[in-house]
Amino acid sequence: MTRHWTTHRHGLRHLLAVALLTIPSAAIADPDTYLEAMRGRALVTAGDCVACHTAPGGAPFAGGLALQTPFGAIMTPNLTPDNATGIGSWSADDFARAMHEGKRPNGTRLYPAFPYPSYTKVTRADADAIFAYLRSLAPVSNVVNRNTLPFPFNIRTSMLAWNAMFFTPGEFKPDPAKSETYNRGAYLVEGLGHCGVCHTPMNALGANKADHAFEGGRIDNWTAPNITNDAQLGLGKWSVDDVVQYLKNGQARGVIASGPMKDVVENSTSKMPDDDLKAMAVYLKERGAAGGATPSPVAATDGRMKVGEAIFVDTCAACHVRSGEGIPRVFPKLAGATIAVQDDPASLIHVVITGGQAAATATHPTAPTMPSFGYRLSDEQIAAVVTYVRNSWGNAASPVTAGEVKAVRGKVTGAAD
Amino acid sequence: MARRLPRKDVAIVGLGWTGSIMALELCRSGLDVVAIERGPWRDTATDFNIGTAPDELRYAVRHDIFLRTRQETLTMRNNSSQTALPIRRWGSFLPGNGVGGAGSHWNGQTWRFLPDDFRLRSKMIERYGEKIMPEGHQIQDWPMSYDELEPFYDKFEHVLGISGKAGNIKGQTQAGGNPFEGWRERDYPTPPMKQGYSQELFTKAAAGMGLHPFPRPSANLSSAYTNPYGCSMAPCTYCGFCERFGCSNYSKSSPQTCVLPALVREPNFEARTECEVTKVKLSGDGKMATGVIYVDANGEEWEQPADLVLLCAYGLFNVRLMLLSGIGKPYDPQSGEGVVGRNYAYQTGSGATAFFDNVNFNPFAAAGSLGVALDDYNSDNFDHGPHGFVGGASITNAYTNGRPIMYRPTPRGTPTWGSAWKKAVRETYQRVTNVGAQGSVMSYRANYLDLDPTYKDQLGRPLMRMTFDYQPNEIKMANWMAERCEEIAKAMGAKTTQINRLNTPWNVVPYQSTHNTGGTVTGSDPKTSVLNRYLQSWDVSNVFVMGASTFPQNAGYNPTGTVGALTYWALDAIQKKYLKSPGALVQQ
Repeated sequence: MTRHWTTHRHGLRHLLAVALLTIPSAAIADPDTYLEAMRGRALVTAGDCVACHTAPGGAPFAGGLALQTPFGAIMTPNLTPDNATGIGSWSADDFARAMHEGKRPNGTRLYPAFPYPSYTKVTRADADAIFAYLRSLAPVSNVVNRNTLPFPFNIRTSMLAWNAMFFTPGEFKPDPAKSETYNRGAYLVEGLGHCGVCHTPMNALGANKADHAFEGGRIDNWTAPNITNDAQLGLGKWSVDDVVQYLKNGQARGVIASGPMKDVVENSTSKMPDDDLKAMAVYLKERGAAGGATPSPVAATDGRMKVGEAIFVDTCAACHVRSGEGIPRVFPKLAGATIAVQDDPASLIHVVITGGQAAATATHPTAPTMPSFGYRLSDEQIAAVVTYVRNSWGNAASPVTAGEVKAVRGKVTGAAD
Repeated sequence: MARRLPRKDVAIVGLGWTGSIMALELCRSGLDVVAIERGPWRDTATDFNIGTAPDELRYAVRHDIFLRTRQETLTMRNNSSQTALPIRRWGSFLPGNGVGGAGSHWNGQTWRFLPDDFRLRSKMIERYGEKIMPEGHQIQDWPMSYDELEPFYDKFEHVLGISGKAGNIKGQTQAGGNPFEGWRERDYPTPPMKQGYSQELFTKAAAGMGLHPFPRPSANLSSAYTNPYGCSMAPCTYCGFCERFGCSNYSKSSPQTCVLPALVREPNFEARTECEVTKVKLSGDGKMATGVIYVDANGEEWEQPADLVLLCAYGLFNVRLMLLSGIGKPYDPQSGEGVVGRNYAYQTGSGATAFFDNVNFNPFAAAGSLGVALDDYNSDNFDHGPHGFVGGASITNAYTNGRPIMYRPTPRGTPTWGSAWKKAVRETYQRVTNVGAQGSVMSYRANYLDLDPTYKDQLGRPLMRMTFDYQPNEIKMANWMAERCEEIAKAMGAKTTQINRLNTPWNVVPYQSTHNTGGTVTGSDPKTSVLNRYLQSWDVSNVFVMGASTFPQNAGYNPTGTVGALTYWALDAIQKKYLKSPGALVQQ
């Protein structure tokens, strides 16, 4: 069974089963390294390592999740200190080399599905702390097939050329002109947080486009929206506190995290210290704005808009309400929501087809769901209603075609293209 | 032979309202809690999806989320001269099954009992003398007062987010609320629901008659709400799929919407679903529970040791579990001795149907607790002297639903099929409304629960036998209420009215009410009660029993508000007293 980049957990049923498993106890750490391991645990949380290094139903950090990449599936490795199947025989230097250079102890190369282009910025001290924490875990024997990519991508030396083009090794260098908070935020966002892996568009070779950092990307058929300070598409209208609340609670300004961001919030940001969240918010808000020009909205008289409105009133308005304002904490606001106006409509299409569930956090445990409508709305109908949502209540974005819906449907439901 | 599992601090039987509240709060007190539930896990996202939730055939007709009689049923008879037979299809009442229990399929009418209800016996005798007490009654005062329960009613209402209008805040009467209600510390958490045209007519007519109508307190929320556990709800859309359904809209208060999202985050909580507790295991001397025995979905038997056992199943099944476990002395109606199974009670339903001309009542725009009620004829809010009965009823004009299969009202005498029936349905649907009286039932020596001598369940355990019928006091009360309802219906401007008297004898077939009470009643005297005032077993001090089986007799209201208040009341005693010094909280 394959899983996507981020794990799509889980009904309450599933939560029950995993509740006790997701945070292994670090209490078995050697007393001398206890503080170091606990510091490492916080860093592992900030990096959301558990999300990729845990198979569905598997032991945390024991690997075996199939990451879907444009080049094929990659099975994530076992990070527990098992000698035979994990990283039990690794040294701290080995671990740091993987983080900073994307290399295994034997010198062979890792694929950037492991985001070493981000992790290279992590300080050696932090890499050592992470290693200390991983060493404190109970070893789990779990053999993972690490060679699942098809030819020619299975030739790891091909990464030499890729690295030459796209990989700039080196620890994070603070900008002395900026505040300590900004630099802390930059370190987290650019480094361990590896936010750009999703939120920065990718080129054809799977590398993030450095000149379009944080302008929005697509991950697992979800839109990762623009998180620059752009007023229309990004965080321009959000305050630093709004961003902090979103990362901490999974909700702010009527927007509710779902899709892959649900997992990021649940596993990672909701468990991070407020100071770090604030630093990330300050960095994202201050580092600048970038994004495409806003199109003028599709006219309300357009046939697609009329059809879309009829579907919206019948199918969507009971929860999202007629004005697109949603219901606080339960049903997301669509009016003015940046996810609605991204150039890439994948998330809107995806969520209408499959439904989705919001992040559950300590302060917002409800995790409301949107049901799936793919079974009863045609490609044309979904295109119309998504176009309507993208161009109503002040929203303005490109119209969506039935062809785009069909393409997403094929990927998210397994239906034939 | 049951295999023994590692010990837990608390074993909870049943994961509905009372079980989920107890589990969450006791987890937060630092205890390891396991809840054992015989039905499946249910949550809004998976089980109450809007694509499938409003399916009347599946849920209302075929009882999808209810207990199956093959899992457990009761035998019933009207009196002890008859031979009881098993109920093979639920009718008169509908026990829930699975996580959420009846709290997921209820309508949501969330009342507080009146101060007089808690000292009914004393109040009646003080005001009217012994002569008013009905023949064969076993009416008794509750061991706690309304004043003591008020903070816990308040807590429960705020967990549920109840929509309503206060009638009495700290003794000050509030316009628009129920002037008869007991004092409350503060108003309801959310404002009342929007009422329909029929309720407008009822309000006007009742007020014109000098009565005191008010919007009834509702767990179908009027507005968005976040409760003290952080659980969030959305406003009701008045779809009318409440009773017999789970709410897909996060609008009906239920364990799913109000408690479970917080509970499942507790690391020291565990739920075992599709596991049926078969008995509470006792120590050799029978004075302490050592845990529970349960059977899992594969038929394997397990022993779950626990320091504290909380019976949080549906009331009737708590009674049966006490009988099967040998906790407390079973009630013997011949001698009048014994307590477990004693004081089973129910409710009366009567009223009037009103037919109008030239109106569109739109009953499909409904909700389980939508409606306007009045309490002028409830409890002891009126002079019982001239009438010679004890008890009362809440009178309501409401639409809980206008669903296409089962909501087909026609005037009495209409054929039940064919073109005449179709014509009557067409003509009646939009122009009929009902004024209903939900009446109290007192406790009597002759109405009780015990183990059936003949019929057994699939595990070979005796079924519980229900011996119940309406007594002359209730028949008189309910029929008097039906006349009051008809008066109001006429004042509303009905063209014709039809009076609905109490159906007797009690019959298990038509749905009447899932407000079964008594059997493990709370009281001050171990000779007439199973539980002390903290709902703790008199006989086995580490067993507490929640639910409506603790009511000494029934009142003219839906029971859930009081069940919730009693749960928080017992919890408070467990947290503040029992956990500090385990043992009997009331000395005998």
